[in-house]
Amino acid sequence: MTMPKHTALYDEHIAAGGRMVEFAGYELPVHYTSLVDEHTSVRTRAGLFDVSHMGEVFITGPGALDFVQLVSCNDHSKMTVGRAQYTGLMYPQGTFVDDMLVHKLADDEYLLVVNAANRAKDAAYLGELAAGRAGVEVRDESDSWSQLAVQGPLAAEILQPSVRSDLSELNHFTFVFTEVCGRRALIARTGYTGEDGFEVYTSNEAAPEVWRAILAEGRPKGLLPAGLGARDTLRFEAGMSLYGHEIDDTTTPLEAGLGWIVKFKKGDYIGRDILESQKETGLDRRLVGFEMIDRGIARHGYPVYLGEGDLEPVGHVTSGTHSPTLGRALGLAYLPIEASEDGTEFLVEIRNRRAAARVVPMPFYRREKK
Amino acid sequence: MNVPADLKYGRTHEWARTEGDVVVVGITHYAQDQLGEVVYVELPEVGIGANAAEELGTLESVKAVSEFNSPVGGEVVEVNDRLEDEPNLVNEDPYGEGWLVKISGTTEGEDLLEAADYIAMIEAEST
Repeated sequence: MTMPKHTALYDEHIAAGGRMVEFAGYELPVHYTSLVDEHTSVRTRAGLFDVSHMGEVFITGPGALDFVQLVSCNDHSKMTVGRAQYTGLMYPQGTFVDDMLVHKLADDEYLLVVNAANRAKDAAYLGELAAGRAGVEVRDESDSWSQLAVQGPLAAEILQPSVRSDLSELNHFTFVFTEVCGRRALIARTGYTGEDGFEVYTSNEAAPEVWRAILAEGRPKGLLPAGLGARDTLRFEAGMSLYGHEIDDTTTPLEAGLGWIVKFKKGDYIGRDILESQKETGLDRRLVGFEMIDRGIARHGYPVYLGEGDLEPVGHVTSGTHSPTLGRALGLAYLPIEASEDGTEFLVEIRNRRAAARVVPMPFYRREKK
Repeated sequence: MNVPADLKYGRTHEWARTEGDVVVVGITHYAQDQLGEVVYVELPEVGIGANAAEELGTLESVKAVSEFNSPVGGEVVEVNDRLEDEPNLVNEDPYGEGWLVKISGTTEGEDLLEAADYIAMIEAEST
C-alpha cells in the first residue's frame, strides 16, 4: 500500500485542527470544526480551501490549440489569453475521461486543471494522443503547484490585501498572473462552490505563507478554513458535477445536463460523432435534481424505481445529502427521460425501504448576483 | 472527551444506562464528534427484539451514514421520537436528551466496557 501524500499545507491543516482523511492519494481535511459551519461560512462570508491535490497539466507548442480542441467537447478557439473555460475531456464514446478547466496562458500554451483522482489517467491519455502529433507537448506539473481556493461573498475583500493586482478588474472565468504575498501566482476568478471566489495557483514553497495571510485577513471577517466535506455539499447545492458521481466514463455531457459545454461548430473532436447522434436521436436518460418526500436521505449509488413493485431499478442516485443551506434532503439521480420532468415522483431505495422523491428544478441553490 | 464514569460502553461507541428494569441506549460523545452534525436518525420500531452487538438503527450526518448497534439484547420498549425533528440532540446532549432507545428484558450479551476501558479504547483508536 502506498502512503498518502501530503500537500504543502499539511502542517497548516494540523494546526487548524483538521480531521484528516485520505482522498485521491492525499491526506486532506474532511473538516476542521464543523462541516455545516464551514459550509455556511462560504455561503455567507468566506471559506479557504486547500485544493492542491488538483492536477495541473500544461499543453504547449504551436499545435496546442488544435490539440485542446481535439480532446475537449467545448470550443476553445475563441478564447483570449487570460480566459478560463469549463469542459469535458472526451473518450471516443462521447463519455468523460474527466471534467476540467482550460486556461489560455498564451496562443501556444494552455493549462488544464483536472481532478486529482484522474490526474495520472488524464496525463497518460493526453500524452498518448500527443505522441503521434507534431508541435504539441503535454507536461504534468501537478506536483510543483499548490492551489488554494478562497470562496464566498467576502472572498475579494479578504484576498485583495495579499494580491498585487486589482481583483475588481478580474471577471468571472478570467485569470491573471500576479503576485500574492510577493510570490508569483496565477489567480483565477473560478470555483466549485456556487459563490464568487478565486482559485490561487502558487508554488509549494509559497503556499503556507499565502494560507496564513488569507486566514489572518479573513478570520476577523468570518472566514473559516473549509474541508472536503463542505466542498462537496457546496458544489452539490450549486448543481456542479463531481467525477465518479454525476459524470464518469459511462456518461456523456448531454446526459449530465452539460449540453452547454458540447459544441458542434468547431470541427472534429474525440467523441463528436456519438454526441451528435445522441443529440439527434434524443437521450434515454438524464441527470435530475430531486427532493425527498418521505423521510430519509438518498446517497450515492442507491437504486431508484418508478413503482413500488418494480423489480428492476431504472437508475441510481449520483449524490445526495441533507442540504445545509436549504435544510432539506436533496439528491441528484439519473432517470429515464420519460420520468425526468419536474414534478415527477419516483422511489429511492434506502436500506431495503422505498422512499418517495420528486424531481425538482436545478440547481438547488443559486447565489444572488449583485 | 466526555465519558461518564457511571455508564457501560459498547465497542462500537454506544452507551448503556440501567434505569430500573430498562436500559437506556445512546451513542457516546466521541461517536457524535466523529460523525459530525446529525441530520437524520432512523430508529427501530417499538416492540422489536434487539440483539447485543447487532445493528439497531442508523444515524446520518451531512457527510456520512453510520449504523448503531444495541449494546444489550432485549426488547425495544421506547424510542426517542424527538429525534425525528431534532436529530441535533444527539450532538448537543448525547448522554441525555439525545438518547436513542430503551430496551427491557435485557439479557447480558456483549461484554460491555467500563468507562476507563472505553477511554483507553478510543485513545488507542485515535492514535
